[in-house]
Amino acid sequence: MQIDTPQVLLKNRHLGRPATIDEYRAGGGYEALAATVGKRTPAEVLQLVLEADLRGRGGAGFPAGKKWQGIPADYVGPRYVVVNTDEMEPGTFKDRILVNVDPHLVIEGIILCAYAVKASEGVCFIRPSYESDAVLLEEQSRVAREHGLLGKNILGTDFSFDIHVHRSAGRYICGEASAQIKAISGLRPNPRKGGPRTSVKGLWDCPTIVNNLETLANLPGIVRNGPEWFKSLARSATGSGTKLFSVSGRVARPGCYELPIGTPLREIIYTHAGGMPPGRVLKAVIPGGASTPFMPDKYLDLEMDFEPMKRAGQRFGTASIMVFDQNTCLVGATLNLMEFFTRESCGWCTPCREGLPYVRHLLRLIEGGQGREEHIAMIKDAAKAMRSAYCAFAPGAAEPLLSLFEYFEAEVREHLRQKRCPFGNPPPAARGKACGTRPPDFGPTPCPEDQCPI
Amino acid sequence: MPLPDDLVAQIQHRIDTAGHPREAAVDVMYALQRHYGYLCDEAMHYASRVLGMTTLELESLATFYDYLYRRPVGRYVIHVCDSVVCWMFHQDSIFDYLCRTLGVPPGGTTEDGLFTVLPAACIGNCHNAPTMLVNGRFYDRLTPERIDAALAELRQSTEEPVRCK
Repeated sequence: MQIDTPQVLLKNRHLGRPATIDEYRAGGGYEALAATVGKRTPAEVLQLVLEADLRGRGGAGFPAGKKWQGIPADYVGPRYVVVNTDEMEPGTFKDRILVNVDPHLVIEGIILCAYAVKASEGVCFIRPSYESDAVLLEEQSRVAREHGLLGKNILGTDFSFDIHVHRSAGRYICGEASAQIKAISGLRPNPRKGGPRTSVKGLWDCPTIVNNLETLANLPGIVRNGPEWFKSLARSATGSGTKLFSVSGRVARPGCYELPIGTPLREIIYTHAGGMPPGRVLKAVIPGGASTPFMPDKYLDLEMDFEPMKRAGQRFGTASIMVFDQNTCLVGATLNLMEFFTRESCGWCTPCREGLPYVRHLLRLIEGGQGREEHIAMIKDAAKAMRSAYCAFAPGAAEPLLSLFEYFEAEVREHLRQKRCPFGNPPPAARGKACGTRPPDFGPTPCPEDQCPI
Repeated sequence: MPLPDDLVAQIQHRIDTAGHPREAAVDVMYALQRHYGYLCDEAMHYASRVLGMTTLELESLATFYDYLYRRPVGRYVIHVCDSVVCWMFHQDSIFDYLCRTLGVPPGGTTEDGLFTVLPAACIGNCHNAPTMLVNGRFYDRLTPERIDAALAELRQSTEEPVRCK
């Protein structure tokens, strides 16, 4: 399909292979780096990013420049850049696409960030199912090093910086910044509550900038073309830049699309992703990954941008759009999400550890036809309590849960009335075998009953 | 059974090039897991010794992460994505088909030691749902026929992994 919108991040997209360094350079790649090291001060790069209003693409939308300003100005010692490529949220696969399209765009972005925050080392944190990305980034980092773009005395200046890849062994919570720092440090990756930000005290207790990979990939364009150019890419008044939208679920052409921030959801689904498959009717959309609410179709004309979404009580998140049709049971879908969050919780704090299995249990009853009227209020209360958890994990889980009752409570009640799933789903079965005292399907590696030593 | 010299050298190199030995913990466990087939006690004690970490510290990692196995697993670990997108495309029946075909419960290993079936958090391949990951390789848009073909292909391999005593 011909896409007539500006392609900045995916402009070097080739079928089935990543762009080479020569292809990247032919399109202006590494020009931003050459125009920066030894020619601009780190403060000038930071100023460009602040003026461009680059907001984090990992879900929270925090302005990247402001995060970088969090490093104490008088700090002397090592500083780190951690590139978050954990991306384990259901529906999200944009970072994998980006690395496999243009690894040098990512590498140049990381180097520019390091220059701006005066970091000497970068760590790419990569989840296990993205092993091919890890290998690709290692190979292309070596190529960049051979070209004098990475390593000691970059482009003959006194700026030195290098990248290495840290392979995760896989848990969703590792995507949270403080948990990711702990994971790299060989500690159990549960998030840190409050107290100093990672930009003050991060990896090995040194200032560390943790940014999503897509966020950093925007830097070469901003530095080369300027903040006004970057802002002009967006279609909404408050937006800046383009965005990678991962579209999945019931659409004709699921995939990753680079579109201006502010593109209406209706256009993304019906024009770029090909609309609904024949015979299907859209019922709900999760607009930004599993930690964002279900939206009914009345919101389809919302601009996909942080501020318009927030004003409408929605969340932009990672802009990973999941589309549900009229034949999909949203109680079942929510139950599936709660299964995911329950299994992936690090279990460190009570609202998450206790709250998630509790709401999962109640949803299982409703989906299985054993739900009662009072369960609705019990779930809502529990979801509200989950908002006061240690980190954003349980509050994120509460988003689809509360929106199910806000917009689709009639569907929940239909389960109660019919005493079965009106979509014909069988009663939910626990996945995995009982192991010791834990709930039947808790834990990543359930052992068969006959081998269970407990 | 002593570890092969090249594996010892590889592990030591990884530790030496890490900013801090602890940073290499997962990589060292991965290397040992590839050798033994899973993280047996012998592997955990060795990792503890070379990393300078207690076995308890390493245990807290090995039992936390999805892709480290403290129990024997098959030569091919099949991570079946059970995210909401794959679920929407009848993931449950895909999962059941795999378990039924292989004759194992979820989490179980086939008697010949070839396959272990595990549910997995989203594996980042949602536009090709339903999907599974087998020893790091994606299998897309699964149907019973495609699963049969994938299993037949995997059965062709004759490589025998080393196991703990």
